[in-house]
This record gives sequence, C-alpha cells and structure tokens, in this order.
Amino acid sequence: MAIDILMPALSPTMEQGKLAKWLKKEGDQVKPGDVLAEIETDKATMEVEAIDEGVLAKILVSDGTDNVAVNTPIAILAGEGEDVSAAASKGPAQGGGEPPPAPGPSSPQPAPVPDMQAEGMTDRPAPSSRTESDQPVAQPAAPSVITSRTSYNAMAEIPEGTELVNMTVREALRDAMAEEMRRDGSVLVMGEEVAEYQGAYKVTQGLLQEFGAKRVIDTPITEHGFAGVGVGAAFTGLRPVVEFMTFNFAMQAIDHIINSAAKTLYMSGGQLGAPIVFRGPNGAAARVGAQHSHDYSAWYSNVPGLKVIAPYSASDAKGLLKSAIRDPNPIIFLENEILYGQSFPVPKLDDFTVPIGKARIHREGKDVTIVSFSIGMTYALKAAQELEKEGIDAEVIDLRTIRPMDTETIVASVMKTGRCVTVEEGFPQSGVGAEVAMRIMENAFDYLDAPVVRVTGKDVPMPYAANLEKLALPNVAEVVQAAKAVCYR
Amino acid sequence: MAVAARKAGRVATGTANKSTSTKSSARGAALNTPQFDKNQDLSAYNDMLLIRRFEEKSGQMYGMGLIGGFCHLYIGQEAVVVGMQMATIEGDQLITGYRDHGHMLACGMDAKGVMAELTGRRGGLSKGKGGSMHMFSKEKHFYGGHGIVGAQVSLGTGIAFANHYRENGNVCLTYFGDGAANQGQVYESFNMAQLWKLPVVYVIENNRYAMGTSVSRASAQTDFSKRGVSFGIPGEQVDGMDVRAVYAAGQRAIEHARSGKGPYILEMQTYRYRGHSMSDPAKYRTKDEVARMREEHDPIEQVRRRLLETWKLSEDELKAIDSRVREIVNEAAEFATHDPEPDPSELYTDILL
Repeated sequence: MAIDILMPALSPTMEQGKLAKWLKKEGDQVKPGDVLAEIETDKATMEVEAIDEGVLAKILVSDGTDNVAVNTPIAILAGEGEDVSAAASKGPAQGGGEPPPAPGPSSPQPAPVPDMQAEGMTDRPAPSSRTESDQPVAQPAAPSVITSRTSYNAMAEIPEGTELVNMTVREALRDAMAEEMRRDGSVLVMGEEVAEYQGAYKVTQGLLQEFGAKRVIDTPITEHGFAGVGVGAAFTGLRPVVEFMTFNFAMQAIDHIINSAAKTLYMSGGQLGAPIVFRGPNGAAARVGAQHSHDYSAWYSNVPGLKVIAPYSASDAKGLLKSAIRDPNPIIFLENEILYGQSFPVPKLDDFTVPIGKARIHREGKDVTIVSFSIGMTYALKAAQELEKEGIDAEVIDLRTIRPMDTETIVASVMKTGRCVTVEEGFPQSGVGAEVAMRIMENAFDYLDAPVVRVTGKDVPMPYAANLEKLALPNVAEVVQAAKAVCYR
Repeated sequence: MAVAARKAGRVATGTANKSTSTKSSARGAALNTPQFDKNQDLSAYNDMLLIRRFEEKSGQMYGMGLIGGFCHLYIGQEAVVVGMQMATIEGDQLITGYRDHGHMLACGMDAKGVMAELTGRRGGLSKGKGGSMHMFSKEKHFYGGHGIVGAQVSLGTGIAFANHYRENGNVCLTYFGDGAANQGQVYESFNMAQLWKLPVVYVIENNRYAMGTSVSRASAQTDFSKRGVSFGIPGEQVDGMDVRAVYAAGQRAIEHARSGKGPYILEMQTYRYRGHSMSDPAKYRTKDEVARMREEHDPIEQVRRRLLETWKLSEDELKAIDSRVREIVNEAAEFATHDPEPDPSELYTDILL
C-alpha cells in the first residue's frame, strides 16, 4: 500500500518550512535510513530520512518550495510489490494541500524520522503488547510532562544596561541574606558558627553586627535538633535560613527536612507549610575524605515537596537565594565550597532575583547539549572551549534548579542538537544525569542521534589520597571525550 | 547488666534530687490535690467523655474496615490533654505524636473532620490526605499529628522559639510519650530550650509502654520528670489520671514558661487501656493490670463520682450529657462513612505552594 511522506517539523513551534532539496528522484529505490530530502527553516536544516522500504513513486512538492506546512504530504512511496505508477496516480492519500491531522497510530505512516508528537506525551499510545489491565488508570497529568518546549530566556532576568560588579559567590550569598533580612523581619539565620564566628566559611560575615543575636543565631552542634526547631518555627510563619556547616551533617537532620518540612503541606491538605531554606556547602571540597564530600543533589531532588537549588555563578547564587527565602516552600540550597571564592559579574540592582525552576543556557551551540549545575559547570564550560577548537559547537545548560527541573529548556536544546552529555560530581546511580537522560527519552527520544552519556563522580566513596580523589571526580577530558562520543567523533 | 543499669538509675536520681528546683511525686501531689468547682468538673467530664466515646467509635469503625492503616487510641489518657488544655490561654499551641485524636478534640477541632480524616474522606481535616496521624489546625493552634517518634519535640521547641522571637507571650505544649523520651533529639531540644529560655512545656505522657516495651525495660532513668536535670530544666511527676492534678501542674508549668524562665517538664503518669495500635493484642501486660486501672483510676469515672456525690447531679443529668456526646460522635461517624473519597485531582495538589 502506498505511503504518504509528510513534511516534518524541526521544532515543536515550527508550522512550515522550505523543502530545500530532493536527494532522491522519482523511481528511485529507497530503503530505511536513506536521506530523501533536506528541509530548512530560518533556524536550522534537517535531513528527511526514509523509514520504509519502497520506490519513490511521486514527488508532490518540488525542490525549493517555500512555506510547506508541517504534515503536508510531500511524496508518495510505493510499497514492496506495488505498482509504482498506480501508486503515483492515486495522489496523496489524504487529498489536497490541506495538512492532515497530526500523525496518530492509525494515520498514514509518516516517513520523516522525527515523530512529531505535537501535543506532548500524554497522548502517546501504550505499546500494543501491554494489556488493558496493565495500563494505569486515567490519572491527572503528572507535572513532569512538559506542555511547551521553548527554552527559557535567562538573559531577560537582567535588564539591558544594568551595571555589573564582580563579587565572589560567598559575598553574593551574604548580600542575598542581608537584603532579605532588611526587607522582612520574619527572616532569621541559624546554624553552627553563623554569628560570632561569622560563618564557618564566612558566608554569614557581618550579619550578626547588622541584625543582632536575636536574628542571627549560633546553635549548639545539634543538627537534628535545630533543623526541627527551624521547621517548627517555619510552621508558624517565620522564615528561617538554616545553615548546615556542610550538607554532610544534614544527614543527622534529614528526617526533619523530609518528614517534617517536605511532607506537612500535603499531609495537612494544604493548611500548613514550612517556608524554610536549608543551605550550606554540598559535595566535595578538597582532600576531606568520604564523610565530608558527598553530593546530595540527587537525594533531595527525589522528594516531592522540596525545591532543590544548586547555583554555579555568584549572580545566580544571589538571585536564587533571595527567591528561595521568599518562597513559601521548603528549599534545599546546595552551595559549593570551592565556588565560594570564585568571582562573577553580578548585576547591581536594588532587588535582583532569579526565578526558581528555570535553567540558563550559559553558552549557545548547535552540535551537542551539555547539561550541568553547580561546580559541574566548571568542567562543562572548559570542555566546551576545548570542543570548539575541534570544531564541535557545544550548548551548555546550567540547570541552576534541580527540582523542579526545567525540562523544557533541556528538551528544546536536545531537539536542536540531537545529542546530550550530563555532568555532575555526584554518584552515577539514580543521579541527576540519569534523570536528565530519562526526561530526554520521555520528551525527545526521536530527536536523539546518540544515546545520552553521563559524566559523574565515580561509584566509590571519596578517597583521601590526592591522586585517587582526582580520579574519583569528573574532569574536563572526560566531558570532552563524552561529547565527542555522542557526536561520533 | 540490668542491675548495673538500675543502680546507675538510682545514683542519677539521688543527684537529681539536689539539682531539681521543683519536685513533687505523684503521691505527694495527691495529698493536696486541688479542687475543681462544679463548672470545671462538668467541663472536664464533657471533654473527656467526648474523647472516650469518639475513640470507642473509632475502634468500632476500624473493625468495620472503614479506617485503614494505623489507628492509635487515646482511651485511658483523656485527663492529660483535657487538664492541660484547661490551663492554657488563647494562642497557646500544642503539638503531639501519632496518638493525637484526643488532642484535636480537646482543642476544639471538629469531630466530623477528625473522623472523616480517619476514614480518608474529602471532608477530613487534611482532605483525606493525612490520615489518623496527620492533622493540623492553625485556627486552634494545633501543629499535628506527627508520625515520627520524637520529631514533635524539636518541632514544638521551634514553635516556642517563634513565640520567643515574636514576644507574643504564648507557650507551646509539646506532648510525647515515654518511648519518644529516649530519642536523641529530645535532649537536643531540651538543651536549646533551656539555653534560649524558650516558652515550652514538655508533657511526657508516660503510659508505661512504648508500643510493647515497658518503661523499665527501655529506660535507665524511669523518672521522666528528671530527664531535664542535666539541662537544669525543672520537672514533676503528676497523677495523669486525675484531671485536677493535671490542671494544677499545667498551670504551674505554663506560668513558669510564660514568665520567661524557660522550659518545664511534666511527667504525666497515665495508662492506655487499648493496645498500642489497633493491631496490638497487648500481650505484654496482664488483663488484671488493665482491669485494675480501669476500676480504680479511670479519669472519667473519678469526675463522674464527684458530679454525683459532691455536685449532686442526678443520673438523668449525666445521661443527658452522655447522649449529647454520643450524638456528636454518631454524627461524626455518619459523616465520615458517607462523605466521598477525595477527588482524584487531589493527588497532585498541596505538594508545593
């Protein structure tokens, strides 16, 4: 039976495009994977591959035609043993120049490789092998299913012409807390050594002097206890910023973070929430051994009821911490000790905030998408520079927020590049990279030209020896290698 | 080993006696038990009876399969929360663990809403999403309803921290059991509460059994009023079966906390008649022990006797109270049985604000 080959879309927003060139002519034998034609829009060019075997019976839209609507039949393929001229004379199966409805399970088989799935994944039919009873009952759409596929424009966060000043991540975090404490009397900071000592890592420097001991509170070494005290205070509407000297010590307090802070809003039917920020350095510093080097990004990102933020730059650290303090939900704010001393340009604005849940395209590129966050960005950005020298144009996405994850920005990028590498210092199993890869499978599988590759910390407790520690962490060469691998280079 | 532990306990007791500022044994307190006037006795009777009948009905409904999962009944312990609640003022908060139905009723939360939460219905106080152990009411200053043993102690200390921060003059009553008293975070909380002089009263409901483990098998120091000694927190043991004793001790403790002197510990010596939860046959104690407590110390019977003998109420008058209470409970059960389950769309609500 004759098969209509339809005009494909390069992106979810594409409605029409140019049929630039036919690479096969009428009467040619075609097998799956053969490139039939090239189409282009103002943004990109794409090859249309055959997925069926047959003879190209008739070309319906000729070379160089502009404004061809997505899903318009552009050619007819005669199936095996079918009379080519009969197929050709039949014309498009769905008639005329009107674009047929989006391809579904029973509509003519679309030839182009990218499966349009224009309205998202919820409509996707279950594999036929599953029986009715296997299928989940009708459920409300899960929040992870994306509804749009446009990447977020982080540039719009900073108005044009804004003066930028260089400051360290440490200063940016301090300024964020100080600004929010000036704005709102219910904001307070508590933790070990946050007041008189000025912060174990000097992040709370000067806060005691400005706000006094009532609002900047040195706690005993009692993580489980003060995490619970913080959550209890937050239940009443105070906005505690609870500092853990490192998130490794928050393991003592994780019951309150998860069972008390994250779940109470749900368990109370929406009555009682905890507007609290748990912040502090997370992940490996240098040569501090296994118990002080754990990256908890994936752990906390597993928990509904939490938001998990892991900024890289000083400006994101500041803007996101201010947003976190204002947010009515419990927030895990994962900092990194090595980044504390690094300087970045920060907008000089009276009230600069960055929205939670939005990734930032740190570097635009077309060949491969590198997704990372926090200190992983240092490897990702250096790798992008290396790759550029080798002619690979990498797009680097800084997730900034791990939960809720900005799936739209990742997917839009992967639809453009067709390739993805994730970079994180955490462990591989059930890591953030694993989650990113799954979301790409769920939302952009047909756009992938290679499997997603993860670059992670090695699957071992962090060793102390300098050489072993170096081996345990990801590095730039691994990212470069992974990017080349997904580009088949 | 056991001998050594008990010896150590005695030594600690001896030391504690010198350093505790307030001290009175339950027996001592009983000698000069404060008296209630008629209205106080009537009020206590009414509130305790409501809890008793509500819990009996919960037990029945559990047996009928209308209540799922865990269900921890408060029967026998009614005087504790009712007496303490009588000693509070508007704005004082309370927080407790999972044996929480009595606390909710005592602070005035709607019986229908509580029962419908037990049955997992949309009219439940948490829209059916919390269950027996997880209900809250900002309006009544009730902060849960917590399923992790001991978690409420740090949380309640945090609520007291907020009172202190806001200088609002309120006190948080933080209830926990003899089992929770062995959790580490209890002592982390004691330390901070005394260090910062937080307005919190720790009410330890010692019902003698942490699930199936008796106090003497789990605690090196079985006098829970002394658990704050190393922090300098005063404590006393109270006859938790006598609502008047509870009320009087509650007043002392709350006044102490409210006046800025910091936390106070009340060990309520009480008894639960039923098992730890509905699935517990309570084979770790004798039937005689339970029967003796019911016959000789029942908190409701004590008040009932006073109403009849001291206040000269007639049996008919008491019956009228009883039938009013039964009516409330039956209405709640009726509502909780027929209220629909939550709408499936509720699955994805209330996760984040």
